[in-house]
Amino acid sequence: MRDKFIKRVLNIAKNDPSIMLLTGDLGFGVLDEFAKELPNQFVNVGVAEQNMIGIAAGLALEGHKLITYSIGNFGMIRCLEQIRNDLAYHDANVTVVTVGCGFSYGSLGMSHHATEDVSILRTFPIQIYSPGDLWEAESLADVVLSKPGTKYLRLDKAFASNTHHDGEIFLPGKARIIREGDDITLISTSGILQEVINAADLLANDGINARIVHFNTLKPIDREAVVTAAESTGGIVTIEEHVLEGGLGSIVAEILLDRGVMPRCFGRLGVTGGFTSTVGSQSYLRKKYGIDSEGIIHSVKQLIRQPKSISN
Amino acid sequence: MEPSKSLSLRIRKHALEMTSLGGSSHIGSILSMVDILAVLYGSVLNVDPQQPKWPNRDRFILSKGHAGAGVYAALAERGFFSPDKLKTHYQDGSDLSGHVSHKGIPGVELSTGSLGHGLSVGTGMALSAKKRASRHRVFVVMSDGECDEGSIWEAAMFAGFHQLHQLFVVIDYNKYQSLTTTTETLDLEPFADKWSAFRWEVREVDGHDHRQLSDAFRPSTTGQPVIVIAHTIKGKGVSFMENQVLWHYRTAKGEEFNAAMAELNAQQ
Repeated sequence: MRDKFIKRVLNIAKNDPSIMLLTGDLGFGVLDEFAKELPNQFVNVGVAEQNMIGIAAGLALEGHKLITYSIGNFGMIRCLEQIRNDLAYHDANVTVVTVGCGFSYGSLGMSHHATEDVSILRTFPIQIYSPGDLWEAESLADVVLSKPGTKYLRLDKAFASNTHHDGEIFLPGKARIIREGDDITLISTSGILQEVINAADLLANDGINARIVHFNTLKPIDREAVVTAAESTGGIVTIEEHVLEGGLGSIVAEILLDRGVMPRCFGRLGVTGGFTSTVGSQSYLRKKYGIDSEGIIHSVKQLIRQPKSISN
Repeated sequence: MEPSKSLSLRIRKHALEMTSLGGSSHIGSILSMVDILAVLYGSVLNVDPQQPKWPNRDRFILSKGHAGAGVYAALAERGFFSPDKLKTHYQDGSDLSGHVSHKGIPGVELSTGSLGHGLSVGTGMALSAKKRASRHRVFVVMSDGECDEGSIWEAAMFAGFHQLHQLFVVIDYNKYQSLTTTTETLDLEPFADKWSAFRWEVREVDGHDHRQLSDAFRPSTTGQPVIVIAHTIKGKGVSFMENQVLWHYRTAKGEEFNAAMAELNAQQ
């Protein structure tokens, strides 16, 4: 996902010298081509994320378009106040890109589990993007480099097999219906989309037709897609590789209550119980939290049997 | 009186009145850097109030945002907006916040208030100027206590390494921070050596001597960024505020305000 995104950024930047890419000394093997081809538009600021965001703000205020690149929490939580004050308050044209959201780096431990970013950053007046497959990641390069203002883009290590239909045009800000179905709606964001697709396929074998509504843009969010799902299907289950507090499930719940729409059943699946000291691959940790395809199927069946609200 | 001295006096009087009217803090931190502001806005900064966003302008960032009243006063005196607006400072509905904000205020490049942000942003601006071969300069005024922040040293290392010679930092070294002296809190010394070690061209001056200040703003001679360590007196210009940490937070009201203003009037 990161390769596809950076490759597209490079191609756009070749024709737009105002674009600059800053990294906090991360991106081995990923940024080499950009650095080699556009050395005047690339700076490795060193292991100094606060300074990276501040420098990005200064460059943006001078008319440059910025991408900052780092891993998970380092490029976001470490320099949160710089994002808030120097970028967001100044409407600085900077896209904060972090790689490895969720449990992408699951085996590296808690410091590298990036599972709170959406909750934290969605309180700022910025745009938030969270692609689920390579097509979305590539398309979002065009989006973030063409829109003004401060943006946050989280890139997952895992990603879904291509969900792009022939002739489909990328519609910025719009939810994508990956699969039609009326019995239940599965709502997802980021690379966990593949688990959701797998779950929907298996549920169909048991006669449960699940709709999949996928959000690659979390802010501003496509509210109508949520409301429509609540009104026209048997219920809603949100799936996120992220804490439940304030994440995708919370966003969906807020929209529904704000609009006075009550789904027939509602479930939120995500990371619960605080930080984990258990390590493992992304797929291992998804299973641990019940957000792999099996866990999703289990929760959906439970919800349909006894319609009520659940969360894991 | 030389023009910059006269300007500094007017800024001091504005700041005293503004902080008193609105009831805000930090008059001591403002008074210590007024001479720096007066020299910069009086004769050094290449800015045009008629075109606040003129691309070739010098950039000025107040990183010690709590002294924002001083910058608002300097901008009003320089003609960026009416001095009448200063009377709204810190009050209900005003856009002149206690810590400097750029929104709707011509001449303010960056909003600050949390210490340790301004140097990184100024570094980004200076990096842009260098990449574009622009000749304008970037000035960042910081406090001494602010140098406790690690982000300052991240930026200092970057600017020194990248030889951002158009970047000028002025430290308002008044030797006091929020609770007590810098020496008792987290001693900065050897301060000049620290900046030298980070590859900056160091100049130390009396921060109330306009001639020394003006001379310190000459272009870099080494190709490195320039740090002007300006030794100042907290509360400078009002005898009972000088070197008194109390005036980091206290507001001059009533008799105290009258006494302070009388001292400033006597300096004309």
